[in-house]
Amino acid sequence: MRTLAKQNSTIVEPTGMDNWSPDHGHLLDVRNLNVEFRTRDGVAHAINGASFHLDRGESLAILGESGSGKSVTAQAIMGILDTPPGYVTGGEVFFRGVDLLKLPEDQRRRVRGQRIAMIFQDALSALNPVFTVGWQIAEMFRIHKGMNKSDAHSAAIKLMERVNIPAAAQRAGNFPHQFSGGMRQRVMIAMSIALDPEILIADEPTTALDVTVQAQIMELLKELQAETGMGLILITHDLGVVADVADRINVMYAGRIVESAGSRELYARPAHPYTEGLLDSIPRLDQTTGELSAIGGLPPNLTRIPAGCSFNPRCKYARDICRVDPEPPLVELGGGRSSACHFTHELLAGRLAPVAVLAENAVADPVPAAEEGINE
Amino acid sequence: MGTYILRRILQMIPVVIGTTFLIYWMVFSLGDPTVGRCGERPCPESYVARLHEEYNLDKSLPEQYVRYMGKVLQGDLGTSFNGNAVIDQLATRWPVTIRLAVIAIIFEAVIGIAAGLLAGLRRRSFWDTLVFVTTLVIISIPSFVLGSVAQMVFGVRLGWFPVTATQGTWQQLLLPGLVLGSLSMAYVARLTRNSLSENLSADYVRTARAKGMSAGRVVGVHTFRNSLIPVVTFIGADFGALMGGAIVTERIFNIPGIGGYIYHSINTKDATAVVGTITLLVLVFLVMNLIVDLLYGALDPRIAHD
Ligand SMILES: Nc1ncnc2c1ncn2[C@@H]1O[C@H](COP(=O)(O)OP(=O)(O)O)[C@@H](O)[C@H]1O
Ligand code: SF4
Ligand SMILES: [Mg+2]
Repeated sequence: MRTLAKQNSTIVEPTGMDNWSPDHGHLLDVRNLNVEFRTRDGVAHAINGASFHLDRGESLAILGESGSGKSVTAQAIMGILDTPPGYVTGGEVFFRGVDLLKLPEDQRRRVRGQRIAMIFQDALSALNPVFTVGWQIAEMFRIHKGMNKSDAHSAAIKLMERVNIPAAAQRAGNFPHQFSGGMRQRVMIAMSIALDPEILIADEPTTALDVTVQAQIMELLKELQAETGMGLILITHDLGVVADVADRINVMYAGRIVESAGSRELYARPAHPYTEGLLDSIPRLDQTTGELSAIGGLPPNLTRIPAGCSFNPRCKYARDICRVDPEPPLVELGGGRSSACHFTHELLAGRLAPVAVLAENAVADPVPAAEEGINE
Repeated sequence: MGTYILRRILQMIPVVIGTTFLIYWMVFSLGDPTVGRCGERPCPESYVARLHEEYNLDKSLPEQYVRYMGKVLQGDLGTSFNGNAVIDQLATRWPVTIRLAVIAIIFEAVIGIAAGLLAGLRRRSFWDTLVFVTTLVIISIPSFVLGSVAQMVFGVRLGWFPVTATQGTWQQLLLPGLVLGSLSMAYVARLTRNSLSENLSADYVRTARAKGMSAGRVVGVHTFRNSLIPVVTFIGADFGALMGGAIVTERIFNIPGIGGYIYHSINTKDATAVVGTITLLVLVFLVMNLIVDLLYGALDPRIAHD
């Protein structure tokens, strides 16, 4: 019936999504996602089997250093990867039970912006410089809802008021460069929530902003989420930003989720050495030396990811088993936690010693210690 | 906006004075312009005296210049040495040059932008390569070669176009206009291609896709306008330059335009004609520049004219 009614229209609603209910599973379920970039310098494996999920009303943070594949993950979900050079080479992205990766482009476009929306790090470059902000917000209503210009314009002004832009009616006629950074990001947010999306992906929404403005934007996102019940994916490289917004944190490294845990549990006790390193690198008030114990070394070259655990060249606990395939799988630890490290149990139990310390003390050969670890 | 235009016009005054004085000085200080005007024999006394009187050649150079400019301001560009009023010459020749420039601009804009869009939308495709190679060939051929070959092939051999354009009609000027516009057409194609391909990977284009806009709208609405800003500015500036005539093309096709006039006047040491024409060209060029800047501001809201 549905398809019959729509036959003469250019609008093609994706089928199957409306029959979904939360009992059927997660709202968004990303499984074993793989993305590569085919460039002149070789194939960069940006995403290597990332799996995670999001439920209604949940806020999920994706945390990782720059280059770990956070933005590419978001782009793959949205279907806005630059192709070429980027290609999704494997995995599924289930949204309301439908694999977005298998949808034809015209149906997928109905999801983008309407059901899953996204905001970007740098609102100055992410907004079109030659159109007024009012026009850019109103475009959502005009194109997706077929509203006429003046209705769409008033709706845009209402949205600008909703995200607390003062004098919204006048400012709607201004261009992006005429706004402050914080106000510009509010414009982006207004545009993204225009059609009441079920999921909002915020890719480093506050990275380009001053600290005080950062807090206001995070506050606004939190408020909007509470009002609308949308799921929020907050992408960041800054642990400080996510602390009081995210319910759950996914830590990403070299295109994989290496740890997933509730925020509080993760802060209290990391289950992956990389997370531990990230936590140690947060400056603390009680720190006297002013020296950060940032993780030494650099993220791997994505054209030549090391065998075994991709974190092993930088990991102070790395043993021989870490340097050979297969890589440690992401295993459930119970209580909604999971981690991808051979020694996750030892780490959680506080029984894992850095290899250098072991060697210094010459207590034992590190290899047996490692084996003992896995046999447990 | 109004004050911006006023300020720009006021800024033009010293530029106009400076350039015209320089031209006047170069032309009139290089010896007595009456010498050699009468072939082998010296000119008759009465003729020389009349010229000296008319051009104030006995006065100091700055005074000559001031008196000359006084006449120019009254719309009198002087009488060239062969007795024709310079202003009359320009009045018959300028329309021809403008027609030629219009043909060239339309050609470079339409074909150049179309080729650039084709190449930019399909990067590294056959079309991209075709546009790259074609424009490379056009850019590397000197314009007199291109003009002569076009005249030879399309005018003489094939007879598709008139060989010369002595009346300066639209029909006669078509081939010369295409020749004149071809170099800029190549630049416009490359500029459009690069600007488009750069803009296609801009963040705001990604935003438009994330908003769920159709592929056509992403390119047509969110990319074209931004990509065409540098192209339109280039074409505007080019039109300003072409208004000054095209000496090479006009000579090849025997076109009675400004370029040919300047060439002829320099050859015959017709000082008044040279100074008068170039003075007017300076003015036209400055005004075109102002128009291009205003256009730029209209296209790109980030440019504030206040
Ligand atoms: N457009 C692109 N072309 C080539 N490689 C890309 C492109 N975008 C991303 N990549 C690769 O993907 C990796 C991850 O990028 P990204 O997801 O942007 O990291 P981040 O976690 O900082 O958001 C980059 O280090 C790069 O190697
Ligand atoms: S698997 Fe080995 S190298 Fe990887 S994080 Fe765990 S201890 Fe470190
Ligand atoms: Mg990023």
